[in-house]
Amino acid sequence: MKNQKKSIVPTLLIGISVVFFVVMLVLPLVIVLYRSLKDGLALYVKAITAPNTLSALRVTLIAASIAVLVNTFFGLCAAWLITKFEFRGRQVLSTLIDIPFSISPVIAGLAFIMTFGRMGWATPFIDWINSTFGTDIALVFSVPGVVLATIFVTFPFISRELIPVMQAQGNAEEEAAAMMGAKGFTIFRKVTFPHIRWTLLYGIILCAARAIGEFGAVYAVSKTRGQTFTLTLEVDALYMAGGADSITQAFAVSSLLVIIAVAILLIKQVVEYRAKRTEEA
Amino acid sequence: MYVQLNHITKKFEDYEAAKDVSLGVEEGRMAALLGPSGSGKTTLLRIIAGLEQQDSGDVLIDGKVVNDVPAGERGIGFVFQNYALFRYMTVYENIAFGLRVQKRKKEEIDARVMELVHLVGLDGLERRYPNQLSGGQRQRVAFARALAPEPSLLLLDEPFAAIDAKVRKELRLWLKNMISQVGITSIFVTHDQDEAVEVADEILVINEGRLEQAGAPIDIYKNPKTSFVAQFIGSSAVLSDFRGLKGFEDVPAGRQAVVRPEFVEAFKSDNEKFKSLIADTESGVITNIAFRGSYLELTLDVNGIQLTTNRSLERRPVHVGNPMCVLIYRAYILDGENTRIYENRRLEGVDVESL
Repeated sequence: MKNQKKSIVPTLLIGISVVFFVVMLVLPLVIVLYRSLKDGLALYVKAITAPNTLSALRVTLIAASIAVLVNTFFGLCAAWLITKFEFRGRQVLSTLIDIPFSISPVIAGLAFIMTFGRMGWATPFIDWINSTFGTDIALVFSVPGVVLATIFVTFPFISRELIPVMQAQGNAEEEAAAMMGAKGFTIFRKVTFPHIRWTLLYGIILCAARAIGEFGAVYAVSKTRGQTFTLTLEVDALYMAGGADSITQAFAVSSLLVIIAVAILLIKQVVEYRAKRTEEA
Repeated sequence: MYVQLNHITKKFEDYEAAKDVSLGVEEGRMAALLGPSGSGKTTLLRIIAGLEQQDSGDVLIDGKVVNDVPAGERGIGFVFQNYALFRYMTVYENIAFGLRVQKRKKEEIDARVMELVHLVGLDGLERRYPNQLSGGQRQRVAFARALAPEPSLLLLDEPFAAIDAKVRKELRLWLKNMISQVGITSIFVTHDQDEAVEVADEILVINEGRLEQAGAPIDIYKNPKTSFVAQFIGSSAVLSDFRGLKGFEDVPAGRQAVVRPEFVEAFKSDNEKFKSLIADTESGVITNIAFRGSYLELTLDVNGIQLTTNRSLERRPVHVGNPMCVLIYRAYILDGENTRIYENRRLEGVDVESL
């Protein structure tokens, strides 16, 4: 290839990629930032400090943090189970994990309503808990519902990152540790975990990004603006309101999401760089 | 018997890895489980270790049934194929792992690790990570790691498979010396008969989930009991039609025979040493000559039968197409599952050993 005359193909491909990248990815983001500041900084600050926005930011961060925590735990369990053990139904479990990937989030949200809503299958059970313990738990149209929907949608991210890495690693080191009398958790902590820590962190980042950006599933289970709306729902509500000011506000709130996304991207880059460095060392 | 398997069976989905295997290894011995790949030898080793659970049968270590004792409590050191060293730990931490699990005192761990590092000749490399070591060094670490918690039995799964041929020979000797120095009962798995012959006190030949034959290497070599062993050990030619060969006319029809290169002598018709035996030889032609480093391997065509023999480089040069006088001292006659030695009838009364 080296000695060949410069071909037009690479130039063409690079050109196409750059145009696509700019039109599809960069331009829309720039427009979001531009539109959010179009009517001055004062309106921008007003938009992002509005009670509805702050409430939405709070709900988004709560839902994303809990989703990340829960999915880290269950993702680790599932990946560990699938890669390190032989059992009946392993393949089935592996397929089930992917359900949130293949089902539209809106349908997931609706399914939650059907299951936990007023007419839902689990409602008698929740009512029983509420009357027995004097609690007031409501899963649908409330923050817990938003959290559940977010967990559901982002469930596969961490385990899907971990499984190939853990599979490639094999079981020999774990068996070696077991031969020397180490027990399950010690083996995980000292032998398995060092292998997967960067992958896990990477999965957590992807999971967080997806959790913050989730729209469809939370749209189905969240109906109260200023209480259970997340940032994405708030953007949608502002935009749909249709007033000139509210559209600018929608862009301002969107810019918050963009900033979070860029921050996550940067963290991801750093993690990848660090991971590569430790691999080489 | 220090280690004993009684009627072990093990089945994986559609593959029977062990079919009623019973065997034993005496204390202080070094035994080799020898067999082709897929013969079930590694499964047997893993069953002894407790990494695999047998479907039926008993595993006894030092007279005690250990079927329900978890792997980590059987007092076994295990050297894995490819070593399975902990990649994210230093040599020191690798060796110390088993001792830390046992919650030994810090000074005790330190003393034991340094003792082992010295024993396996890795002084000064304690702070290295496994990927900074050569294959041979890794094996030494794996060996030291397995020995650190003072096991009473050492199991090794294809301990030389991951090492290149040149270093392998050297390491075999090293390992043999090391194990006899430590004096630990050991069982290792290999598919390489040279390795088994060279390292083991005792060879257990495994084939298709069965124990074919057990014994000292020389026994296995000289007196193969089954047709599998006769064919697997040594480099053997299997003949189906050999009754036309001089000295083998009385062999019952329909038998196969195994002839090893060392059973075959080939010389030129003007050879002084074998002059008296020329009448008992077949005439053959050299069809191929392979240089094996320290000797030549000749392939001979004798009335359509292919035989091989090894020829010293010190003897007269030969060429492809040369006519040779071919003498067959003996053959293993395969009789169903069994095998027996059949000496060349024409050589009765001839002192073959002194030739």
